Amino acid sequence: MESVGSIVMYGIIVAAIIIFSILTVTTRRILRAATYLLFVLFATAGLYFKLDYEFLGAVQIAVYAGGIVVLFVFSILLTSKPGDSSARLTSKRRVFGAIAAVASLVVLGYALMSRPEIWTVVSAPFTMEMTMNNLGEILLGTEKYQYLLPFEAVSVLLLACIIGGVVVARKR
Amino acid sequence: MDKLSVICYIIPSMIMFCCGVYGFITRKNMIAILISLELMLNAVDINFVVFNRFLFPGQLEGMMFTLFAIAIAAAETALAIAIIVNVFRAVKNVDIRDLNKMKL
Repeated sequence: MESVGSIVMYGIIVAAIIIFSILTVTTRRILRAATYLLFVLFATAGLYFKLDYEFLGAVQIAVYAGGIVVLFVFSILLTSKPGDSSARLTSKRRVFGAIAAVASLVVLGYALMSRPEIWTVVSAPFTMEMTMNNLGEILLGTEKYQYLLPFEAVSVLLLACIIGGVVVARKR
Repeated sequence: MDKLSVICYIIPSMIMFCCGVYGFITRKNMIAILISLELMLNAVDINFVVFNRFLFPGQLEGMMFTLFAIAIAAAETALAIAIIVNVFRAVKNVDIRDLNKMKL
């Protein structure tokens, strides 16, 4: 039996995820969409904390909420006047989007329905210790189930991204 | 149901993904499309973490995959925003209906 506090926390997080993701795609003010996205990302970080992935939750807050959303807000302020909202959707476009969303929901629901044996799996305690020491060794080791090569590949990717961003966005 | 199982975490991420699909199709502002894309990426990240936590609690593959996915999403967003700012300088607009300069 899960504790009441845990259930309440779960309810809050899930309600925030669902409500704010719907608001993100339906609000007509683009700056508000970015704000609602920030709330969704915070709720996701809360989900990671609830699942005992503290490091991942911290990364989610630092990179997504701290980096990406700020980038979004700056680019929104650079490309549109504050206060103007997008044009009202035509019903044809809205129907098309709803059809696509429902179709993907059906496909995902079917995939979920086809594996009923995993529905009721409840969380087992970690069999490995999640200390920072251990995580660092996994991230920077070269043996099996250790991730030095992807780590270095991501660092090269970030360098390429920085150079590409500067080259693309600079004034000519 | 006395304990939270896998499905309690998969369903919200499923709804989040479908919201992303809806926004990706209905939005006309390029930045709003990018925001919908982030929603979809985030839903996938949640799935990785949940499957890792519930089905393979002795390993950390899902968590590491999510970690690298977050880094790549950040890089992709930065580059896409650079392109959008550049497009805005050229066309004075970020509406996808007005971006037909490269059409024949």
